[in-house]
Order: sequence, then structure tokens, then C-alpha cells
Amino acid sequence: MTAHAPSRSTAEATLVEQFEASKSLARSPRRAAAFERFAASGLPTRRVESWHYTDLRAAMTVAAPLAASPDRAAVEAAGALLAGREKGGARLVTVNGRLAPELSDALPAGAVVASREGRASGAEDPMASLVEAMAPDVLAVDVAAGAELAAPVEIAHVTVGEGAYSLYSWTEIAVGAGARATVVETFLGGTAAVQRHAATTLKLAEGAKLKHVSVVGDDPELHLESQLVDLEAEAELSAFGFVSGGALSRRQIFAKLAGAGGKIALSGLALLEGTRRADTTLQVVHAAPRGVSREFYRAIVADEAIGVFQGKVIVAPGAQKTDGAMKSQAVLLSPQAQMNAKPELEIFADDVICGHGATVASIDPEQIFYLQTRGLPKDEAESMLLEAFGVEAIDRVEDEVLANGLRALLAAWLGAGRRTAATQPRTTGAGA
Amino acid sequence: MLEVKNLHVSVHGTPILDGLSLTVQPGEVAAIMGPNGSGKSTLAYVIAGKPDYEVTSGEILLDGEDLLELQADERARKGVFLAFQYPIEIPGVATMTFLKASLNARRRARGEADLTTPEFMRRVREASQRLKVDQEILRRPLNVGFSGGEKKRIEILQMTLLQPRYSVLDETDSGLDIDALRVVSEGVNALRDANRGFLIITHYQRLLDHIKPDVVHVMAKGRIVATGGPELALELEKNGYRDFAVQAA
Repeated sequence: MTAHAPSRSTAEATLVEQFEASKSLARSPRRAAAFERFAASGLPTRRVESWHYTDLRAAMTVAAPLAASPDRAAVEAAGALLAGREKGGARLVTVNGRLAPELSDALPAGAVVASREGRASGAEDPMASLVEAMAPDVLAVDVAAGAELAAPVEIAHVTVGEGAYSLYSWTEIAVGAGARATVVETFLGGTAAVQRHAATTLKLAEGAKLKHVSVVGDDPELHLESQLVDLEAEAELSAFGFVSGGALSRRQIFAKLAGAGGKIALSGLALLEGTRRADTTLQVVHAAPRGVSREFYRAIVADEAIGVFQGKVIVAPGAQKTDGAMKSQAVLLSPQAQMNAKPELEIFADDVICGHGATVASIDPEQIFYLQTRGLPKDEAESMLLEAFGVEAIDRVEDEVLANGLRALLAAWLGAGRRTAATQPRTTGAGA
Repeated sequence: MLEVKNLHVSVHGTPILDGLSLTVQPGEVAAIMGPNGSGKSTLAYVIAGKPDYEVTSGEILLDGEDLLELQADERARKGVFLAFQYPIEIPGVATMTFLKASLNARRRARGEADLTTPEFMRRVREASQRLKVDQEILRRPLNVGFSGGEKKRIEILQMTLLQPRYSVLDETDSGLDIDALRVVSEGVNALRDANRGFLIITHYQRLLDHIKPDVVHVMAKGRIVATGGPELALELEKNGYRDFAVQAA
């Protein structure tokens, strides 16, 4: 570690050892630079503004041992986990952060997959930098200029193994000029002792259109996922994040609309019960004129769970005619459930339309009563309202098959009785 | 028979109903008229089972069974229906989905199988044609963005489908133009039979031109202050509530 970090935590010391012990990692100038960036700040604490509600240094007391390179048994176990899952288009599989060609399909014409040295990201966030340094492999999907992929490409990030371990996966998705693609990243197999660090770069060339969906439905101890997004002129990204598992999860999206007329729509749904925590943190930078950004995030928070939404939209000088709207809405199902919502705007241009709003509420008792007067038992009425609340977020997924899959996950979560409902009046707030 | 006996109700410590008694017989249409603030909507909510109303004394009985012991949904499944003065918007729940869920909730409570989709669709189509409800609206989220008239028609559509034994209509006529009023009234009249009772809460005589009541109650300050035939409504229309408000004081 450098002089910037006064004292290393146990986990930080382990991370340094792990990086230095792996000669193949340390030899790569790109990885070395990324690790240097991580080490300069260390694990983020609540004193770092963007990590205020998720004190990772306190939460991550140890860095679990690195997952071993998957052997044949591990690949077979991953294959078994995937066997029953429906498949829309081509599927690529990583096992513990490494591309597993034997489980992966060939991509359709116009797209290629490579396992190669990555492109230096220059990520500022320490945890994205850590993934860049530590990921043993790089999975790169390139969609050629002008190509149109009819079916979604699924990237299944599978975790297999016993006991405590950590894994790192680095994925690069590049969509060429004017190309169209849909990519789903699904995280699977994580159990209570797994620390998962994932990062995906999304690069959209001029006029490219990408729909991206990320699904975290397994139950790792830690799920840290960064998306590093760059949009050239007139490019359009629609990205959805679904989280229904993980003791501590954080999805962070750093997006830059570098070219004029880019459009980005970020949305998501977090379902939280027990003592789980889920953090969604966004930073959207409008660096060019005529950009449009939409953020729409919902959370259902039960028991003693804690949800976090932080969204910052930055409009750079010269990014005139920017149109931005951000919304975060949460339903709390118990008096102990918490939601921290912090939408922010930083505007340095004068001809823009930007707004944000955040609401935190309980289930509306008037709605429950209305449904009860039509004969629906109270728990059924609550389920119906919560499902509707979640489905309105899922409706942002502009792919009917994918949306149906997410609706089924929502219904399963509601049906699992993981929530304990309460309809006490809670604070309701709105900002604009 | 629906009986309300000497009902005293408070909301957040403020008494609203003050010893109200009335009876609705099977086959009977009873109207309740009264000025603003007399407690008409409170009565409707308490019959339907809304929480937050404190019943300090009195009874509500459905064929002798104590309704106050039952949750709102249990009362509904026993055949009590409230047509809301201000129907609640339910974002994200398609009206059709909601109708099916409520119909099936009642059927399940009676040990009957869920309606098949074709049978459900047939019933909805038939009722919505009769009530001039646009089919398109049934695909939209319940009451969200519906006009006042549309909301009221949907209330009556629900009543028609659920076939309740006792229906309380809370100012169903408010916000309706004359055509909608006629359609809604026809919906009520179509359900009238020897076994069903209605309690119709209204400010105005005009609804009672379309739905002929058997009995008219005048309510003031939380109790029934006069009871008579349809002619009582006409008298109120002419003279206002002043005489009755004085009596109750």
C-alpha cells in the first residue's frame, strides 16, 4: 500500500498479498496500474461520499482466499447448475471468473467472444480497479459495426466450490457503430461464504443500441458489481438490474455520455428481506449536448433489511439541451426496514431540463382496504400490490421474454414468504 | 337482514356516530340522506370494516352474525359490498386481473373452483356491455387515470359480478352526468331481487328518481333522525336539512 492509506485492514493486507503472490497478475502493467489505484485508497469507508451508506471496509473484515482455477469437476458442477435453465440465445459461461469454453455456445454472426488481455479502463472507483487488477481472465464480447443480434446473448457467471472464497470477473462488451444487441448477465451459484467482485465495461460506438440486464438471484456474502459505461454520439443504452439475493450487494454504474445525442435508461428492482443490504449507486455524466438520461429504481424492503439508492447526474459545461430525470421509490414492509435515497444533480450548463424524485412509503392502507372489500384476504392484497410495484419497474425491460423471467423471480420472492408485511404509516417524502 | 344497532363510533377520539340504528331487509332498498358531516361515509366504512374506526358500542349484524368481529375481506366474502365514493387507484394491477382475483376469492371461500378464463370473460363482457364500460379500460390499471364516471361504473361492474347480498353505495351519484347516472342506476336495479338489500347514501333526490327506495332515512349528527317513505326525500329536496339538524341538536 502507498502512503495514502494510513493503516491496512486485515482484508486489505490480504488483498495485497494475493495480488503480489500471483505473478501472472503482477506482471501485467494494466493490472499493476489498476491495483495501484485500488491501493491508493484501499477499501472504501463511509467517509468516502459515494460509499457513505455502505462502509465496505467495516463490512469486509476478511478477504476470502482466491477461487482456484476451475478443474473438470468444477466445470461439470457449473454445467449441472445451468442444465435446467431456459436459454433464449447463445450463452457464454464463466466459472469462478474464468471463461469456460466447454460450456459456452458460439456467438451468432456479427459477434465474437475472446478471452484476452483487457483494455485499460482507468476506472476511478477502487472496487472496479480491484476487479481489473485481480480478475484472472477477461471475457470480451465484440459486436461488429452494423450487426443486429436477434436473440439476447446470456453471460452466466457461475460460482462453484466449497467453503469461503473470493472471485473476480472482468467482462468487456463493445457494440460497434449502428449495431444492436441484448446482453443478459446472470450471477449464479453464490453461497453464503462467497465474495464476488465483478465489473463489466459497456462501450457503445456511434448509433449503437444495447439492452443490458443484470440478474443477481443467488446468495453470496458479498456481491460487488461495477458497470463502466461509455456512449458515443447517438448511442442508446437501456440497462436493468435485478437483485433478490446477497447478504451485501452493491451495484454501481459509472456512465459517461461522451458523444452528442446519447440516450441512457437505467432502471432496476431490489428485493430485500432479513438483514440483507443492497446498494445501487449511479453516476451519470453528460459530457456532450442533447443527451437524455432516465433512472428509475424501485426497492421492496422487508424485515430489518437496508436499501440504498444514490444517483448523481452531472451535466458538464457545454452539455446543453441535456434532458435528465431520476426517480427512486421504495416500499418498506416493516418498521425496522430502512431505505436511504440520495439523488443528486450537478449542473454546469444553463440550458437543461433535469429533475429527480425519491419516495419511501409503506403499502398504502387505503389500497389494502379497497382490495379487502372485494374479498381479497389481506396477505393476498399485499402480495398483489407488491407484485404490481415490482412489475412496474420490470416493465422497463424492453424484452418480453427477459421481463417475463424477472416477473417469475419477483413472484417467487414474494411467494417465498421472505417478507413480513406491515402497513403502519411510515414517512413519505418526495423531492423534485 | 342487515342490522345496525345503537352504533357509536369514534375516529381518533372524536365521536362521529352517536347511537345509530337501522335495518335493511332482504329485498329492500333503503336510502340515507343527510347533510355533509352527518357521518354517512363513516357508517359506510364501518359496515365494510375499515380499520381506524373505533366502535365504542353497538352492533352490526348480518343475519344475526356479528360483522364487527370480521375483517373487511371476510365481510366481503359473506356478501357485503361497498361502492366507494372515491374509488382507490391501484397502479400496476390491470382491472381485469383484479376482477378475476376478487371473484375467485369469493368462490374459494365457498369451496368452489376458480372460474375458467372463458367463463370469467363471458361474465365480464356481459356485465360491461350492460353498464357501457369500454372493454379497453379493463386492461388498464384499476381506476388509474379513470374519469369520475368511469370509476363509478367500474364500482357497479364489480357489484354486478360479485352479486353481493347487501350493498352500500356511498354517494355513487356524485360526479356523474345524467347519462352515467342512468346507467349506474340501471345496474343497481338489475340486481334488485327478493334476497338482496341496498343501502344507498346520497345527498340528492335525483338518484332516487332512478332507484326507487322502499324507505328513506334522514341522518344528522351521527344518528337517524327521521324515517319515512320516498316522499321524505322529496320533502328534503324542497326544504333542506335544516329542520332535522335542529332536531338532532
